[in-house]
Amino acid sequence: MSISEATIDSMISGLPLPKTTLATLRKDVVDVGVTKKEMEVIIERVMADYEYACVEPCEAVGVVSAQSIGEPGTQMTMRTFHYAGVAEINVTLGLPRLIEIVDARKTPSTPMMTVALVKEYAADREFARKVAWEIEATHIEHLADVTTDLANMNLILDLNEKILLQRGIGVEAIAEKLEAGLGVKVKIPSEVANQIIVIPKEPLYRDLLQLAKNIHGITLKGIEGIKRVVIRKDGEEYTLYTEGSMLKEILEVEGIDLSRTSTNNIGEIYEVFGIEAARFAIIKEASDTLREQGLTVDIRHLMLVSDIMTCDGEVKQIGRHGISGEKASVFARAAFEVTVNHLLDAGMRGDIDELNGVTENIIVGQPIKLGTGDVHLVARNPLKDL
Amino acid sequence: MQMDNMVPSIPKRIGAIKFGLISPREVRKMSVTSIITADTYDDDGYPIDMGLMDLRLGVIDPGLKCKSCGSRAGECPGHFGHIELVAPVIHVGFNKILRKILRSVCCKCSSLLLEEGKKRDFLEQLSRQKDMGHLPDDVINNVFKEARKSKTCPYCNEEQLDIKFEKPSEYIENGHKLTPTEIRDRFENISDDDIRVMGMNPDTARPEWMILTVLPVPPVTVRPSITLESGQRSEDDLTHKLVDIIRINQRFQENRDAGAPQLIIEDLWELLQYHLTTYFDNEVSGVPPARHRSGRPLKTLTQRLKGKEGRFRGSLSGKRVNFSARTVVSPDPNLSINEVGVPLSIAQHMTIPVRVISKNLDLMREYVRRGREVHPGANYVIRDDERRIKVTDINKEELLEKLEPGWTIERQMQDGDIVLFNRQPSLHKMSIMAHRVKVLPNKTFKLNPAVCPPYNADFDGDEMNMHVLQTEESRAEASILMQVQENILSPRFGGPIIGGIHDHISGLFLLTRNQKFISKNDALELLRKSELRVLPEPAGHLEDGEPYWDGKQIFSQILPKGLYVEFPAQVCFKCDTCKKGDCEYDAYVVIEDGELIKGTIDEQAIGAFKGRVLDKVVKEFGTTAGAQFVDDFTRLAIRGVMHTGLSFGISDEDIPLEAKEGIAIRLQDAEKEVAELVQAYENKELEALPGRTLDETIEMRIMQTLGKARDDTGGMADQSLGLENSAVIMARSGARGSILNLTQMAACVGQQAVRGERIRRGYAGRTLPHFDKGDLGADAHGFVKASYKSGLNPTEYFFHAIGGREGLVDTAVRTSQSGYLQRRLVNALQDLEVQYDGSVRETRGVIVQFKYGEDGIDSTKSDYSKPEAIHRVVRSVTGKEVA
Repeated sequence: MSISEATIDSMISGLPLPKTTLATLRKDVVDVGVTKKEMEVIIERVMADYEYACVEPCEAVGVVSAQSIGEPGTQMTMRTFHYAGVAEINVTLGLPRLIEIVDARKTPSTPMMTVALVKEYAADREFARKVAWEIEATHIEHLADVTTDLANMNLILDLNEKILLQRGIGVEAIAEKLEAGLGVKVKIPSEVANQIIVIPKEPLYRDLLQLAKNIHGITLKGIEGIKRVVIRKDGEEYTLYTEGSMLKEILEVEGIDLSRTSTNNIGEIYEVFGIEAARFAIIKEASDTLREQGLTVDIRHLMLVSDIMTCDGEVKQIGRHGISGEKASVFARAAFEVTVNHLLDAGMRGDIDELNGVTENIIVGQPIKLGTGDVHLVARNPLKDL
Repeated sequence: MQMDNMVPSIPKRIGAIKFGLISPREVRKMSVTSIITADTYDDDGYPIDMGLMDLRLGVIDPGLKCKSCGSRAGECPGHFGHIELVAPVIHVGFNKILRKILRSVCCKCSSLLLEEGKKRDFLEQLSRQKDMGHLPDDVINNVFKEARKSKTCPYCNEEQLDIKFEKPSEYIENGHKLTPTEIRDRFENISDDDIRVMGMNPDTARPEWMILTVLPVPPVTVRPSITLESGQRSEDDLTHKLVDIIRINQRFQENRDAGAPQLIIEDLWELLQYHLTTYFDNEVSGVPPARHRSGRPLKTLTQRLKGKEGRFRGSLSGKRVNFSARTVVSPDPNLSINEVGVPLSIAQHMTIPVRVISKNLDLMREYVRRGREVHPGANYVIRDDERRIKVTDINKEELLEKLEPGWTIERQMQDGDIVLFNRQPSLHKMSIMAHRVKVLPNKTFKLNPAVCPPYNADFDGDEMNMHVLQTEESRAEASILMQVQENILSPRFGGPIIGGIHDHISGLFLLTRNQKFISKNDALELLRKSELRVLPEPAGHLEDGEPYWDGKQIFSQILPKGLYVEFPAQVCFKCDTCKKGDCEYDAYVVIEDGELIKGTIDEQAIGAFKGRVLDKVVKEFGTTAGAQFVDDFTRLAIRGVMHTGLSFGISDEDIPLEAKEGIAIRLQDAEKEVAELVQAYENKELEALPGRTLDETIEMRIMQTLGKARDDTGGMADQSLGLENSAVIMARSGARGSILNLTQMAACVGQQAVRGERIRRGYAGRTLPHFDKGDLGADAHGFVKASYKSGLNPTEYFFHAIGGREGLVDTAVRTSQSGYLQRRLVNALQDLEVQYDGSVRETRGVIVQFKYGEDGIDSTKSDYSKPEAIHRVVRSVTGKEVA
């Protein structure tokens, strides 16, 4: 006597329940098979449960979230250097990392990327290594011994053939890069194999020394800014972890699974993928940081923080240069930081404080419009009706 | 009594506050007198007329009457005066904006150096920003940036000269110093329309008002003078500063009238500028702060407002309050979690106002009759004309006679009153909760130890604050929203934050572990403090026929009927395949219909943060049942632990000789391993870990080896101590301490680290002169082989102190950093509120989330929306098992 799936769908469609709940409900009733009567009872009870579980209107969720994130902060470690999964790469963790996220810094102190490989090659160690060399910034010191030849006023680079082969880069390519990058003449002597001679523009001692210094700054291969790549086997697959983050550039590298590649640099995510991705990145980074410290914080609190940071379409800092500095109320801003400047500016502009927020009303000594202070009771005067 | 007086008037609400600059005209208009003499009091100690303490400015001395409003000190709010400045002076705070305006305004015709079209464009942008609720800062900055670009005035074609600004307040145009008078003249000619483009409102703030020609003198009430014990008067810092200003102003006037040379005039002008600058802000960079005679910098206007103790954060956002008490806290497991023990002496001082009505007249009379000396008495009586009268033995009889409905008495606090209880730092909402008063002897606040976790309190001398609620509304709100039982579940993670700690856990652990034979007497004793009066059927009978009860049975008595839970206990050994109910260690808890069938009760069951049973009881049976459960188990646990006894002393760390030898051997092995590593390193045979240098590799390897050795010795110690050792019981059940603590006490303290590395600092090439240079061995870099019990040798002790110091520094830095993080978070999020439509909005109406947390669910009740909850509903309706 159980009803069909179509009937179930029509019965549960339009219910104001979260999608996951609806999906579970649907799966359960389809699996078990229910009668119409039973289904009605189930829906009624699930709805009642949901309504009970909802937040109450006027709840000051903001403060609760702020406290839920701030309070565990006191229990976090300060140790900056720790390892996250990969022992070889240092990542900022604990309280400093949380502060960094909330500060919406342009670049984190330890940028890091997790690069996944395309599924079909993910188990191939050689392929992973090849991609790694493709990404990692190669500098001259990796490839060659640099000798300053004072007699002939030039730099002699003795390239290591084995490493060249391993990194998949040719002598000519290096010469070209150096020529373009330094703007000097580069010669490949025919008599000695694997040698490059760099000649400064002017045969000056100072120029030569400068050149010997500058040559280390030229990226010969890979992506500038990615200092190191570590390959690690996670289960069946090889994953690359990079020190330094260059999301935009990495996405153009072949053999990389875009959908599973990410960075811990929120600013970069915002620039490359936009605000929604940045919002999610904040939630993820914050919850990872807290989880690593063994602290449980409900995801809703992190969502709220993330949402207020991103609700204007750009990532705003929690603090004086972001949300708190852009509040409508003069008093709220003055009570937070840089008190006098805000007051003087307000006077100059003739600002009006509408006294809508919490701080303002506390300052003037009025009930705040939040929680029980936001509820208005209208009573009919019984005497009037008589 | 008239009807009007019965209904209290609705308090006025401030709708909005408008800011602006005060124009010189306004200053003169609101001024009650011009101040011309720098002196304050005459020889008789009477304020001088037209002096800084003029009686028209308000009064602070008792007995005198204000000449402006006629009221006495305390009632008179004070009135402003003014000082006519001889020459205009720049207000320091506006230097930045003055500079911008000066540079973007024509030096000849004072028009804004922008084309008409652009002005209109910017005006439009400004109004758009305003409509959007954004601050206009960016647009205004663009206006100035654009205007500054034009080299000639588009209106009079005058060439614009570069204006240099020199700290603190000098403007130099083409080598010529602009006097404030000149600047003021330029600003006076700016048209209203141009002012609007610059983001200012010409009605409330004209640029020339930023250059002062007349200085308002704040009322005396703002800068009260204090009379020292010696009878000497000590003036406020502001008064001192004002005296300086008047003096220089006078001298300036005299010199100018006398036709003094330009140089002297300029010097005096500068001096006047200095005094006004420091009057407004005594911390301007480039200006030496004005100092008191003692050398202390004066606290002038800006300093009064700024910072943590400033007016805004110190006096307006946070205030000192009446009706509060503070003392040391101590534990009392016999109190309910909803209660707080208040010392009698505090209860006698804290009062609650009660309106006298015909129905409570007798009771109120009784309070007054008892007075302030006999406990539930009354301290004050407030007559219907709002006069407060102290109840004394002398006037008691008289008051009793006069007492009538309409009066209010302030009765002493008594059992059952609702108070707020708080411990700083108040990091979350559970740091302030409402408790019911229980008046007790002695001098400390008492609280149930189960409420320690939310307050983060312990009893090593912590003090807590109590606030007595004064209105019926606040009491209602507190008891519904803030009472302890309503806060058992923390919104942070949706689990219980109030729960068993320490003895609660070890008590119940000892009680429910293993088979117990509890006699009737003992069983009754255990449950004595619970509400239960009937013992269950005995578990069996001893050989002599005496009935006995089991510990699990006793514990089951305090569980609510209808409770079903199953979970692995804290003591779970995390076997590969869990045998669940058949666990041989009795580490899998099964509760059916409120009956503990299997398992041992420990931290996982009733502990704060973790307690699964507690969590379930609160979520399924409500907060009252939850509170009852906590109360019951604290009482039961205390009796349980007393029944068995649990003590811990230095002999509990004794381990047998064989174990000691085993540990020594293990440590020797570890040292050998380290030596081998070092040998390999020195022979360059060691292979570097990928991405690490050789030095880093050897360090990491040594750390690993030593860490493992320490853990192994710990395991050996743990094994030899056995499961009956008190410390092991506490660590395993989660009551207190960990196996690591035990290891350090009994076996080996282990590696001391600084910043996650072995200790390296000290002398050149070595940590201490006891070691060879370049020694990489374990003990040369802070490995402590000894245990706390055996005692550390001098070098070990020193390394231990180094490691310990780092911990202390860490805590100190962390508290300040996380405190600031918290302040910023709260400040950014405090205005958010869930609306009736489920969205989260800021107070100005900006939508932050369309549905709170994407599903609109409260984190403390989120269990109801989890898949298991749905499964349960479907299961219970259909009676069929759901996957």
